[in-house]
Amino acid sequence: MPLSASLTALLPEYVLTLTGVLIMLIEAVLKPGTSRKPLGWLAIAGTTVTGILSFYQLHLGVLTAFSGSIQVDAFSIFFHLLIGSVVVATLLGSLDYFESNAGEYYALVLFGAVGMMLMTCSVELLMVFVGLEISSISTYILAGFRKGEGTAVESSIKYFLLGSFATAFFLYGIALAYGATGSTSIAGISAGLGSSATPRMAFLALAMMLIGLGFKVSAAPFHLWTPDVYQGAPAPVVGLMSTAPKAAAFAVLLRVTFCGFPPLMQHRWSMLLWGLAALSMTIGNLGALKQTNVKRMLAYSSIAHAGYLLVAFSALAPAGIAAACFYALSYAAMNVGAFAVVTQAGGYKETLRSFEDYRGLAIRRPVLGFLLAFLLLSLVGIPFTGGFFGKFYVFSAAIQAGHVWLAIIGLINSGVACYYYLRLLSSVYTKPVESASVATFDPTPVVSVPAGIGLALAAAATLMLGIMPGHVLHLANYASSSLRITSAQVPPSAPFTSVTPLTNQPK
Amino acid sequence: MQLALFIVFGALALGGALNLLLQRHPIYSALSLVVVMMSLAVLYWSLGAEFLAAAQVIVYSGAIMVLFVFVIMLLNAGKEEQTQGSRAAYSVGFPGAAAIFCLLSFVFLSERGSLQSTNIGGDLSSAVDNIAVLSAMLFTRQLLPFEVTSVLILVAILGAVVLARREQ
Repeated sequence: MPLSASLTALLPEYVLTLTGVLIMLIEAVLKPGTSRKPLGWLAIAGTTVTGILSFYQLHLGVLTAFSGSIQVDAFSIFFHLLIGSVVVATLLGSLDYFESNAGEYYALVLFGAVGMMLMTCSVELLMVFVGLEISSISTYILAGFRKGEGTAVESSIKYFLLGSFATAFFLYGIALAYGATGSTSIAGISAGLGSSATPRMAFLALAMMLIGLGFKVSAAPFHLWTPDVYQGAPAPVVGLMSTAPKAAAFAVLLRVTFCGFPPLMQHRWSMLLWGLAALSMTIGNLGALKQTNVKRMLAYSSIAHAGYLLVAFSALAPAGIAAACFYALSYAAMNVGAFAVVTQAGGYKETLRSFEDYRGLAIRRPVLGFLLAFLLLSLVGIPFTGGFFGKFYVFSAAIQAGHVWLAIIGLINSGVACYYYLRLLSSVYTKPVESASVATFDPTPVVSVPAGIGLALAAAATLMLGIMPGHVLHLANYASSSLRITSAQVPPSAPFTSVTPLTNQPK
Repeated sequence: MQLALFIVFGALALGGALNLLLQRHPIYSALSLVVVMMSLAVLYWSLGAEFLAAAQVIVYSGAIMVLFVFVIMLLNAGKEEQTQGSRAAYSVGFPGAAAIFCLLSFVFLSERGSLQSTNIGGDLSSAVDNIAVLSAMLFTRQLLPFEVTSVLILVAILGAVVLARREQ
C-alpha cells in the first residue's frame, strides 16, 4: 500500500485532528482569563481547510486506503462537506457563547467531526464503530457543557447511558454479521450474503445495526432520549448534534443497507425501514403538538424529520439515495439555522424557553424574528425553501418505488406539522403581554458579527436549496451513483468471506 | 469435560449476573461482577480464544473492577435506596427483554446446523497461533481502527477534564 494513497484519502481527517490537537496545546499555554476567541477562529479555519480538501478529493475519483477500510467517493465527500459546513456554522454561532472553557469545547467539536467524517468514508464496520464512538462520546460531553444547569447534567447522563446501550446493539450487529458472512467489511458482507449458510442470522445482524443507528438518528421507537437531551444541552450544541452526527449515521445506514445488504434482501429490510419511517413521522409530529418548550418542540420535529428521511430508504437505489442525501443537507441547513436563532435569542442562560417567551420576538429583534420565520417555514416545507424540495424528492422517490401509502402518511404528517411550527411563528409575530415582557427583555439585543455570518450562511443555504436545487441535486445524484458503482464492483470472492477467516495475511 | 466446564461456569456467570442485580449494596454488586467476568473468561478460554480470556481478566477484572471499587469506596456509597420503578419499565421492559431473548434463541437454534461446534481449546488441528493472527490483523487490515482509537482516548481525556473542572 503506497503511503500517498493513505495520505490523500484521509487528508481532511488529518487536518481536522491536527487542528484539534493544536487547540488543546494552545489552550494549555494560554493564561486563564484571556479570550479564547482566537482558538475558535483556528477551529473555523481548520474546518474550512478540511472542506476545501474534501472538495479537492472530488476530482481524484474513488480512493481506497488502509487495506480497503476507507473508501473516499463522491458519497463520502458529500457528507464530509455537509458535516464541515455544519461545524463551521456552529462554531461561528458559538464564538461568543461560552464564557469559560471554550478551548475544550472547540477541540471536542473538531474531534467529534473527525469521528463523523470517518463514519461516512469507511466501508469497514469496525472503523465505522470507532468513528461512531468518537462522535458519540464527544456529543455526550458537549451535551452537559453548561455545568451549572441541572438539566444539563440530566441531559448528558441520559444521553450517555442510552447511547452506550444503543452502541452495544450496533456492535452486536457487527459481530453477528461477521458470524453470518465471515466479514466485517461492507463489500465482504454483501459478497458473503449469497453463500451464507445462515441467512436468518445475517438478517438479525442487520436488524441489530438498525437499532443502534436508529437510536443515533432518533428514529421512533428509539427516540425517547431526544426531547430531554435537547432541552438540557446548550443550544449551539443541539444545532450541531441534531444534524451532523445524524447525517453521518444516515450515511452509514445508506451504505450498510444499499451496499452491504443489496437488492437481494432489500424487500426485507425496506419493510423494517418502512415501519421505522411511518412511526417516526407520526410519533414525532404528534409529540410536538403538545409541547410548550421550543427546544422540546424542535426535538420532536427532529424525530419527525428523521422519519421523512427514512422514507427515502424504501425507494429504489439511485433515486432513494440521492433524495436522502438532499434531505440530509436541507434539514441540516434549516435546523442549524433554527438553533442558531434560539442561541442568539436566549443567550447562554437561555432566557427564552417556552412559546410564550418568544412572543414579540419579531418586534424586539426584527431580523432574528424574520430569519426564524423563514427557517420555520422551511421546516414546514413551504415552496422556495430547502425543506420543500427535500420532502418533494423523498416522497416522489417513495412513490416511484410503489410505496404510495408511506408517501400519504408523510404528507398527512406534514400537514399536522404545520400546526406547531405556525404556532411558534404566530407567537413570534404577536405583541408581547406587557407584564411578562419586562422580565424577559434582553438587555443586549445585539447579534455579534461571526454569529450573524453563521446565521446568514444557514439561511442562505436554505434559500438556495429552495430556489435553485439543481447543483446540489446534481451532486447528490453523483454521490448516489458513486455509491452504486462501487457496490457493484465488489469482487465475487473477497479475501475474507470464509467462515474461518483467521488465515495469515502475507504482508 | 467441555460440557462440565460450560455448565459450571455458565451457571456461575448467570448466578453472578443475577446477584449483581439483586444485591442492594454496591460493593457486593461489584464483587458479583468480578464473578461474571471471570466465568466469561473461562468460557472464552474453553472456546479457544485464549487471548480474549486473558484480556478479559486483565482489563475487566483488573483495571475496570479496581476503578469501580475505588469509586464506591471514595463515594462511601451506602445501601441502595429502594424506589418504585416506573410502570412503563415493568410493562414494556420485561416482555421486551423476553422477546429479544426468544428471538435470539430462535435464530441461533434454527441455524445450529450451519453454525459449527467447537472443542475445548478451539480447533487445535490448525496450528495457527491465535495471538499471531490477531496481531497481524491489527497491524494490517485493521490498522486504521487501531490507530484512530487514539483519537477516541483523547476525546475521553478531554471529557474527563471538562467533567472534573470547577465551575467559575
